Amino acid sequence: MKLLEDILILDFSQFLSGPSASLRLADMGARVIKIERPVTGDICRGLYVSDVMVDGESTIFHAINRNKESFLADMKDPDDFEKIRKLIKVADVIIHNFRPGVMERNKLSYDDVREINPKAIYACINGYSGKGEWKDKPGQDLLLQAVSGVTFLSGNKNDNPTPMGVAVADILAGTHLAQGILAALFQRLTTDKGALIEVSMLESLIDFQFEVLSCFYNDGHALPQRSAVNNGHAYISSPYGIYRTADGYMALAMGDIVRLGQLLKCDALLSYTNPSEWFDKRDEIKTILQGHLGSGSAREWLSILEPADIWCAEVFDYDMLMKQEGYKVLEMEQEVFINGKSLKTTRCPIRVDGEILRSAKGAPSLGEHTSDIIKEFNL
Amino acid sequence: MPMELPLKGITVLEFSQYLSGPCAGLRLADLGARVIKIERPGKGDPARQLSIKNLWADESSLLFHTINRNKESVVANLKSPDDLLFVRQLIAKADVMTHNFRPGVMDAINLDYSSVKEINPNIIYTEISGYGKNGPWRHKPGQDLLIQAMSGLTYSTGNKNSNPVPFGLAIVDYLCGNQAVQAILAALIRRHKTNQGAFLELSLLESVLDFQFEFITTYFQTGQLHQRSETSNGHSLLSAPYGIYKTEDGYVAVAMMPIEKLNVVLQNEDLRTFAEKEAFEKRDEIKAILSQCFLSATTDTWLQKMHAHDLWVMPVLDWEQLMQTSTYQELKIEQEIAVGNKKIKTTRCPISYNKEYFLSSRSAPRLGEHTEKIKRELLKEKV
Repeated sequence: MKLLEDILILDFSQFLSGPSASLRLADMGARVIKIERPVTGDICRGLYVSDVMVDGESTIFHAINRNKESFLADMKDPDDFEKIRKLIKVADVIIHNFRPGVMERNKLSYDDVREINPKAIYACINGYSGKGEWKDKPGQDLLLQAVSGVTFLSGNKNDNPTPMGVAVADILAGTHLAQGILAALFQRLTTDKGALIEVSMLESLIDFQFEVLSCFYNDGHALPQRSAVNNGHAYISSPYGIYRTADGYMALAMGDIVRLGQLLKCDALLSYTNPSEWFDKRDEIKTILQGHLGSGSAREWLSILEPADIWCAEVFDYDMLMKQEGYKVLEMEQEVFINGKSLKTTRCPIRVDGEILRSAKGAPSLGEHTSDIIKEFNL
Repeated sequence: MPMELPLKGITVLEFSQYLSGPCAGLRLADLGARVIKIERPGKGDPARQLSIKNLWADESSLLFHTINRNKESVVANLKSPDDLLFVRQLIAKADVMTHNFRPGVMDAINLDYSSVKEINPNIIYTEISGYGKNGPWRHKPGQDLLIQAMSGLTYSTGNKNSNPVPFGLAIVDYLCGNQAVQAILAALIRRHKTNQGAFLELSLLESVLDFQFEFITTYFQTGQLHQRSETSNGHSLLSAPYGIYKTEDGYVAVAMMPIEKLNVVLQNEDLRTFAEKEAFEKRDEIKAILSQCFLSATTDTWLQKMHAHDLWVMPVLDWEQLMQTSTYQELKIEQEIAVGNKKIKTTRCPISYNKEYFLSSRSAPRLGEHTEKIKRELLKEKV
C-alpha cells in the first residue's frame, strides 16, 4: 500500500509554494485535485519562464503539477460553489495560498470549511502570517528572501546582497506545510478531529536560518560577514568555498590549511599553523589558495586531495553532472505523459521499501477532470 | 490547556549526527515525539564540538544546542556487545529510527534495515546517505558544500560572470532532513492503518536535485544550460526586472512586473524602447538601465512610489532591521531555553497548529544524560 493511499486533497493553491506541498503528497500516494478558476486556472500555467513552453504552457507548471487532477470551478458561481462544498465534504485536506482574507470572502475560511466537514485538515501558506505592517503584502519568493536577511549570507563581502537563485522560500514553506498536514492527518487517526495548519514564508525562511540566527541572538546581534573571497558560508573558516582552476571550478569544504599547503605544494600556506587564523585571516588564506589553484586543472588537484581524504569536489553544471555515473545510478529522471506526449522531469527524492516512487501521470490540462469528478462524486 | 501534540507517544531513536538527520529529529520532537539520540562514548555527536564564532552553551556548542534541543541522549558503544544488546532492546520498543552513517556502517553492526526488521517488524527505518548506496560516489563524504557543487545548484546564484556561487547555508542537509520528516510522518500514517513498518531511503544529492526540479525540467526541454543575468540576478529563468538593486541608501528587491508598469514610476526614456516580450531576452540591457535608475533615490522613496502602484517590491533587510518590524515581533518566533543557569535564545518550529505554536523550553541533553534513566525504564517494563 502507498503511504498516503486513500487521502483526498483539494488544492486551491497556485504558483509554487502550495502546489509543491501537494506534489510531494501526491508522490507519496495521495489523490490531489486542483481546483482552478475558469479561463486562466493556476496562474503558473501562463508563467513562461525563459520563453520555454510545453503544450502551450510553462515547463515549470508541468514540473510542479504532475500527478494531479484539475477541476474547474468559479468560487463565486453558486452552482460551482455547491459542487466545491460537496467535494469538501469528502476531502481529507484543503490547501490554499491566497492572501489573508481571500478565502474568507469566498466563504471558504477554516470556520466555513469546518462546518461542512469537521474532520478536514485546512492548510494555508501566506507571506507574513497576516501579522504586523506586512500583513497584506504578497508572499513572493524574492521579496521574502529580501526581508528575511538571507541575502546577506551568499555571495562575497563586496557583492550586493545576493538572493538564492532558486525559489527557496516557496519550496521550504511547501515542505513545512506538508509536514504540518501529515502530522495533523496522523493525529486525526486517533482523535477524529480536523485541524488548521498555517505556515508563512517568512517563518519558513527564519527556520531555514535557525543555526545562524541563534548565533546572532546569542552573540550580541553581530551581523554575518561574508568572506571577501570565494564565500561559501559566512561563519565557516577557510578554505570553505568554490575555487577557479585552470579548467573549471572545484569546491573545498572544511580542512586543515597547513595540510592543504603540504598536499598542494603551496608553501605560502604553511605558516598558518594556528587554526584560529583560518577564520580570522580567511580572506588572505583564500586569496593565496585561489592563486595557487589557478595553475592546475580541477582533476589534477582532486587526484591529490581525494586520496588524502580532504573534503573536495568538482563543480558541475547540468551538462557535466548528467554525464556522471554517480548521477545516472540515482535514476532521478522520469517520463510523464501529457495528452499522449512525453515530458522528462525529475521524481520524488524519497524511496519507500526499496522502491523509487514514480508516476507517469503528467500535469492536467485546465479542467481536464471536471466532468469525471462530477460523475464520480455525484456533484 | 496546552495542546495535545500530534506525535505524542511516538519514540524516535536518532543515530544521526551533524545536521541532516538531527534537524529531522528536532522537527519530530517539536511535533511531540520523544527523540532519543544514541551517541558514542567520549565525544558523542561530533556537532557537540562544532562551534560557530566559538559560541558554547555548556560543554557543547551553541550550534549543537540549536539543532538538538528537546531531545534525550543515551550513550552506547555500538562496537560493544553489551551496549548493542541495550540498543537492540531500545529498537524493539521504538517507532522510528534515523541514521546518516556512510553506506555499510550499520550493516557491519547488524543494525541495517533487514536486521532491525527482525527485532521490530513495524519500525520506520530512515536512512540518509550522501549519494545513494550504489555508484562511484557512495563513499564520498556527504558534505553540504560539496553536494551543492556537484548538483549544479551553484550555477543558479550570483551573476553571469561570477564564479559558481553556493548558497551560504547548509541547504542540502536542511532539505534532506525536512524531506525525511515528510516521509516518516507519511509512514506513520500507513502504519497506523496497516501495522506495516517502512524502509525510507533519502540522499543529500537526490534532495537537492528535487529542489532544482523547475530548472532541471526546463533543461530537459531545451537542452540548454540556464544563464544567470549579468547584474542583479534573482532567478535565472525569469525576465527583467527580477532582482536586487542598489538605491541611494540601501537596496530594494524588485519581483515580477511588466516593464511598462514599472516605468510608470521610473519614467525612464531608455526603458520605453523595450517591449514586454523582450523582457527575458534583453534582460541584461534592461537591468543595466534599472541599476542606474534605482541609484537616484532612497529605498523608502522607491517603496512608497512603487507600492502606490501595487508593484511587488520590498526593502532588503539584515536581521537587525528585520527584528525592528512589527511583523517580526508579532510572529513571536524566538524562544528561550535554559541550559544550566544560562539562558540561550533560539527560534521555534515554523508551523502553526490550530492557531498555536509548538514551543519547548527543554534544552539539548548532556552527553549520555538519560542513559541510566532509560535503562531503568527498560528494566521496569520487563518486570
